[in-house]
Amino acid sequence: MSRIYLDHNATTAVDPAVLDAMLPYFSAEFGNASSIHTFGQRARAAVETAREQVAALINARPQEIVFASGGTESDNHAIFGVVASGSASSHIITTTIEHEAVLNACQALEKQGIAVTYLPVDREGLVNPDDLRRALRPETILITVMHANNELGTVQPLTEIGKVAAEADVYFHTDAVQSAGKISVDVKALQLDLLSISGHKFYAPKGIGALFIKGGTQLRQLLYGGHHQRGFRPGTENVAGIVGLGKAAELARLSFENDTARIARLRDTLEQGILARVPDSRVNSAKAPRTPNTSNILFPGLEGEALVIALDLKGLACSTGAACSSGAVEPSHVLTAIGLPATEARSSIRFSLGRHTTETEIATALEIVPAAVAQLRRLSPTYHKEPVGHS
Amino acid sequence: MSTQLQLDPLPTAVAEETTPGLVAVAMSGGVDSSTVAAVLLQQNRPIVGLTMQLWNQRRLPELQGDGPAQHRCCSLDDVYDAKRVAQHLNFPHYVVNFEEQFEARVVRPFVEQYLSGRTPIACTNCNTDVKFEPLLRMARQIGAERLATGHYARIRKNETTGRFELLRARDDSKDQSYFLWGLTQEQLSRSDFPLGELTKEEVRNVARQVNLPVAEKPESMELCFVPNGNYVQFIHAYSRAEGIAVNNQEGDIVTEDGAVIGRHTGVHNYTVGQRKGLGFAAGKPVYVLSIDTENNRIMVGEDDALRTSTFEIENVNWISIAEPATPIRGQAKIRHKHDPAPATIEALPGNRARITFETPQRAITPGQAAVFYNNDVVLAGGWIK
Repeated sequence: MSRIYLDHNATTAVDPAVLDAMLPYFSAEFGNASSIHTFGQRARAAVETAREQVAALINARPQEIVFASGGTESDNHAIFGVVASGSASSHIITTTIEHEAVLNACQALEKQGIAVTYLPVDREGLVNPDDLRRALRPETILITVMHANNELGTVQPLTEIGKVAAEADVYFHTDAVQSAGKISVDVKALQLDLLSISGHKFYAPKGIGALFIKGGTQLRQLLYGGHHQRGFRPGTENVAGIVGLGKAAELARLSFENDTARIARLRDTLEQGILARVPDSRVNSAKAPRTPNTSNILFPGLEGEALVIALDLKGLACSTGAACSSGAVEPSHVLTAIGLPATEARSSIRFSLGRHTTETEIATALEIVPAAVAQLRRLSPTYHKEPVGHS
Repeated sequence: MSTQLQLDPLPTAVAEETTPGLVAVAMSGGVDSSTVAAVLLQQNRPIVGLTMQLWNQRRLPELQGDGPAQHRCCSLDDVYDAKRVAQHLNFPHYVVNFEEQFEARVVRPFVEQYLSGRTPIACTNCNTDVKFEPLLRMARQIGAERLATGHYARIRKNETTGRFELLRARDDSKDQSYFLWGLTQEQLSRSDFPLGELTKEEVRNVARQVNLPVAEKPESMELCFVPNGNYVQFIHAYSRAEGIAVNNQEGDIVTEDGAVIGRHTGVHNYTVGQRKGLGFAAGKPVYVLSIDTENNRIMVGEDDALRTSTFEIENVNWISIAEPATPIRGQAKIRHKHDPAPATIEALPGNRARITFETPQRAITPGQAAVFYNNDVVLAGGWIK
């Protein structure tokens, strides 16, 4: 029996088929994709195939895909790139529940004099498009709203937001790191100008991602170097990583419908099972549209951090909040933003399922979790549902 | 060619509520607590390492530059060291966030006490109110039965009285029992101090034998949350950030008979027993005898006047014995670097006690702790009023 991994929003295992596709490009096919000779041409072909595969996943054109190191770089490129092409007194609209890659980029820009509006979200973690309309200013140059939230799985109404952005003629970026490969992502239907994805969230390796840049978008490059990727992203292409990203995108596109339905069913089994077996437990943002794999559950009367450790010691991996650089848990800005008091935010943990999650694993999780919660609550100073004596 | 997805096997204890005998080791990243892990593993005890994240150096931006926090105690480097030790010895390790508790129970009281003219000991609060309270509880919540720390002290159960006793370390020069007087019977019953029987050199030798990556790491002597050991600067920065009023008002420095011999720069800049910056009276050096915050005065006198015999302690914790009905003879220690001196302790109502030295002792300082011993055994401790 193996350890159970229910933390796919943190990262996923490289799919065996992805690994197989990548392996030749480390040694046998080692060419530099920019080289003229045959070695280079073969690498170039692999890179361009991958570009087509990634483009197909999000309904973009291949020339609109720029490979990067991951979600953080793509988010930074989109935000700093748009601002650098605009005037010095620009305005950005984002939300309070973005990933740090977006939030901290916006905060850095604020220090440089750029105005930023952080839209609130409701109890279900959703942005209200009317709030967005009201936040628009003549100098607004960018709306950046994440597609699916990493902690809650809630999916933002990007269709409406895209309409508002198009009507106002403002660039529209989304961080689709948590949605790509999990739900349908269509840059045309959503009227997106910019979109970030990260390979390791959908079975490609860490260190590879992509930014979709709609043709005609005015975007300054972040890095300066050679002419790779039409100057948008200089640096010798990470061929093996790019091939992995392409293969993962293809797998996601082809197995999408099956995976989605199966994972959603397992997630619902886990969720319903926990609610039935653990008194006072509650699903955060349960009423919102969510990615099929994510469940964020509140267990009043315990520290989520302690529960995650207790579960790991029993062989079940899940997560809480956002880990800071030391690995310690910090209070989640997302859970605070949906209106949870600090104690409840600290009592919530996230389960995120994946392509390799099995029914047996969910059944085992449903044995482990209620027992661990009971053990923590028995020693909790704040949870006294039943009379406790000193033993 | 296809590559199979293969994960680690589940731990054998998966079905059980707790791993029998699991011990949580409080790991700071230093050589002492790292060696605790090594010693327990040598005894074949199952362990899990816990490192507390206590203080965020970004909390007081004025004490640092723009970039990420540099190397300091309580910093990421120590967390990484603890993780490296756990990887080296191959046991599970987690970083746990106690920043909120640490600030509320250690940092803020430290600053407030200091500003009110007392000389606080942060380490005692950290032990009593963080390590052996929320950390011990978390250790038990995650399935550990006990908590082991790198303290140099000993615990033994007295089968006659049924009480858990706290004893000085075998290595007198490293003894830390002075910082542990606040522990309750329940806390002692669940704690292990595996270094209590070892000398520092023996600890380093164990660390070297098992090639701990921190075997040669220098010891940290400073307060872990104060960068560069400059705690006056820290107190000012923290007070500003938190809106705590600091009385910077100058005032009189007076002798015992009321003569004004100078001006002070704010009472919180002085400590009982201090000599520096006070000047002279009648040609002799003077020392701070007491700090009168109410009247904003510093009372000074000659060295002789600094020596007193009798004082009271509050929040008294009786450890190795129940509260006695009659006075008991033993030895009292009034600061970390003080040699215990013969004295008598008498319990008073309201969790207080009176300690009387046989010979007057220098600079009995409010805010410090007094710990009362019967030779190696800690009988009681309390805060000096």
